Amino acid sequence: MIAALANPQRFLAVSRWAAPLLGAVAAVLLAAGLWRAFAVPPDYQQGETVRILFVHVPSAELSLFVYVCLAGASFFGVIFRHALADAAARAAAPLGAGFTALALITGSFWGKPMWGAWWVWDPRLTSELILLLFYLGYLALQAAIEDEAKADRACGILALVGSINVPIVYYSVDWWNSLHQGESIFTKNGPLVAGVYLWPWGLMTFGYIFLFGSLWLVRTRAEIWRRRARALALRAAG
Amino acid sequence: MIHLDMGKYAVFVWPVYAISAAVLTWMVADSLARARRWRREVERLSRGKPAP
Repeated sequence: MIAALANPQRFLAVSRWAAPLLGAVAAVLLAAGLWRAFAVPPDYQQGETVRILFVHVPSAELSLFVYVCLAGASFFGVIFRHALADAAARAAAPLGAGFTALALITGSFWGKPMWGAWWVWDPRLTSELILLLFYLGYLALQAAIEDEAKADRACGILALVGSINVPIVYYSVDWWNSLHQGESIFTKNGPLVAGVYLWPWGLMTFGYIFLFGSLWLVRTRAEIWRRRARALALRAAG
Repeated sequence: MIHLDMGKYAVFVWPVYAISAAVLTWMVADSLARARRWRREVERLSRGKPAP
């Protein structure tokens, strides 16, 4: 399937209907998730701030998920020099930066009333900040190199180097003493979160995943067209 | 029942939802605008032939 979609023409044909379909599913999931987020009772310890977690946790999960997609696309771009992989990597980076910034900002709004501080140099927060710097570094490097092939290669290598940070972010709460709470959903003994809160979390998380899927397809289509327009302009000029 | 009274935490909860909505809306709008812009550019450069 990946080999079939690697053809830009076939990708454009499939993504033409897949992008709006994923977007529609995302809209339904996010609407249901928002409704559940404000229908659940306040937490006995966190009070109403528990509702912040229904947007903070999906943003944080997507910040890692998008980076895995970016690193995967970069791997195919660097190793096989496939133009569609490079376009997909370029398309994912701004979305990943957006989700990571959201995770840090929304986490900060939860941290102030619960921890008494907007920011602490905790391993999870610090590694998440480094993740944002990798995204921003990727975008800056892309903008700085004029030769597109060289930019794709340099950015691909940077993305692959940055993938070392993904397990560090995920396991930081286990490897170091952390103020940030540990894994509370995918544990050996099942979720540690009250069942009533799993629904809004699950709906919002899948809503974010489908939204990213839809936007990734739209941005990859835009990137293919941008490259095509550049080639046409060069042909017309030459 | 929907809980909209966030009490003393309203100054933390509502900005989070407002910022999230703003960033997600920007993501959608920017993605669609880029796709439209480059599709039209390809159509213009290929003399009105519709882009795939």
